[in-house]
Amino acid sequence: MIDLQLQHDLGAFTLDASFRAPNGVTALFGRSGSGKSTIIQIIAGLMVPRSGYVRIGDRVVFDQTQNINIPPQDRGIGYVFQDARLFPHLCVAGNLTYAQKYGRRGQADLGPIVDMLDIGHLLKRRPTGLSGGEIQRVAIARALLSSPSLLLMDEPLAALDAARKAEILPYLERLRDTVGIPIIYVSHDPSEVARLANTVVVLDQGRVQNVGPTEDIFSDTNTAPLLGVRAAGSILTAQVVAHCDDGLSHLKTSGADLFVPRVSRNIGQDIRMRILAQDVILSLHKPEGISALNVLKCTVIELRQGSGPGVMVKLQNGTDILLARITQRSAEAMRLTCGSTCYAVIKTVSVGAAEIGT
Amino acid sequence: MIDLSQQELSAIQLSLTVSFWAVIVTLPLGLWVSFILTRKTFFGQSFLNAIVHVPLVLPPVVTGYILLLTFGKQAWLGQFLENTFGVVLAFRWTGAVLAAAVMSFPLMVRSMRLSLEAVDPALEQAALTLGARRWVVYVTITLPLMLPGIIAGCVLAFAKAMGEFGATITFVSNIPGQTQTVPSAIYALLQQPGAEAQAARLVWISLVLSLGALAVSEWMARRSSTSRKGPHD
Repeated sequence: MIDLQLQHDLGAFTLDASFRAPNGVTALFGRSGSGKSTIIQIIAGLMVPRSGYVRIGDRVVFDQTQNINIPPQDRGIGYVFQDARLFPHLCVAGNLTYAQKYGRRGQADLGPIVDMLDIGHLLKRRPTGLSGGEIQRVAIARALLSSPSLLLMDEPLAALDAARKAEILPYLERLRDTVGIPIIYVSHDPSEVARLANTVVVLDQGRVQNVGPTEDIFSDTNTAPLLGVRAAGSILTAQVVAHCDDGLSHLKTSGADLFVPRVSRNIGQDIRMRILAQDVILSLHKPEGISALNVLKCTVIELRQGSGPGVMVKLQNGTDILLARITQRSAEAMRLTCGSTCYAVIKTVSVGAAEIGT
Repeated sequence: MIDLSQQELSAIQLSLTVSFWAVIVTLPLGLWVSFILTRKTFFGQSFLNAIVHVPLVLPPVVTGYILLLTFGKQAWLGQFLENTFGVVLAFRWTGAVLAAAVMSFPLMVRSMRLSLEAVDPALEQAALTLGARRWVVYVTITLPLMLPGIIAGCVLAFAKAMGEFGATITFVSNIPGQTQTVPSAIYALLQQPGAEAQAARLVWISLVLSLGALAVSEWMARRSSTSRKGPHD
């Protein structure tokens, strides 16, 4: 449990944020300049805010009114920096064992962490010889090996290209599922957040706009403009039923069957995927003779008019929420209102591999 | 091997001893001063900076005279040192160390500051988040990354100390066997009619010593930079 309340001024920028986040992965999400990096630097103790407090579990690491400011080396917080910050004069093994030699000595074990991040073959190398993806995996392992009680990750994938991102995301999912410590993950990439986070804190111009479970935040029509309407989309949880011979995977959600391009998960496993609102077509009647494989019968539960020509339609199918972005003209022509029934059409090929995670 | 006179031998020995101790004395002080000048802000910072650098711009004779005024037998600091610790600096080889140290200090600090400024504080922050105390971070991250600059600073200071003349001769005079360094010996020989050959020999010797120091520093700098890169570059 992280509980914080912060006020800080940085030039013309004012940070005034407070939120509570349960354990698990909490994403601080917002555009660049929204204050996310400032917040985690304050949590780590690398920056001192004007006022406020930071509590981690039942430990107060900063409280301006009580004059508590635990220095960063005593906070027990691991930090994965955007630029990794590996020590250039030490080899990978030297970087990994730094905390155990000179810093926090904890129970963290080298072997399992090295295996989890798949960096055993790099141990003797120097950081300068590593690829971007390898550098970030070493940086994550180094932070974990300091036995932190909280792990901060500041856009660890931002400096990587799409291929490297796709390479590291499964490691981060494994990290989330195997390491029992809370993680605060800073990102401006909706698909990363959708895949990794349990809780999302949406920041805008130094203020918290919304906090909640990832599924709720992504299906919230008020948050959609902050994500950028093109990036808005809801998260569906589904179970892999079968892998078909024609390269598709058969999934089951709470209320429907879905076909998506082959996923690299085993049958029976749960996956979560983000369906972009702009990829969803609505129809009043069950469409026939069309190429799209996924047709979900839904109930409209909310319509939200944006500032442009679009309308964000929130739909329910089973227990899942789906967002569809359509034009206002269509919404009027279809006479969509809350409670009306319609069919959501999702093209199979529109579901990209980057949007599917565990 | 060329035959060296007793006077030449003792001058060479004294120059090497004085320079060695000048470096040993200024090394920790240089690290400390370069750190507070680069990483801290405090009242009187630019004054300290000026004091450190003033021997660079002052005529060496003036620096030697100021040393005499502060550490001489009649000066209060000189008397204080003699009465409490039994240390006499003026006209002793230890005074030559002080003069050489003061003169070479700005060069050492300059080189250390440049290398410290090149060390990314972000790396030190990263070490802090791994739980290392501040002084441990300094020893395990900052110092190793500064190493080429530290080596360069030491070699510069050593060379400067080897060549120091004005402040030394003013502060500790030119007593053969006691305070006569190689430069003072060359100066004394040049004052003496018919001793040009002897002077030339010392000139050659000091040339060899200086070039040797330079070569050693090059070698050490190269070694520390290759050990930092490793085999996969």
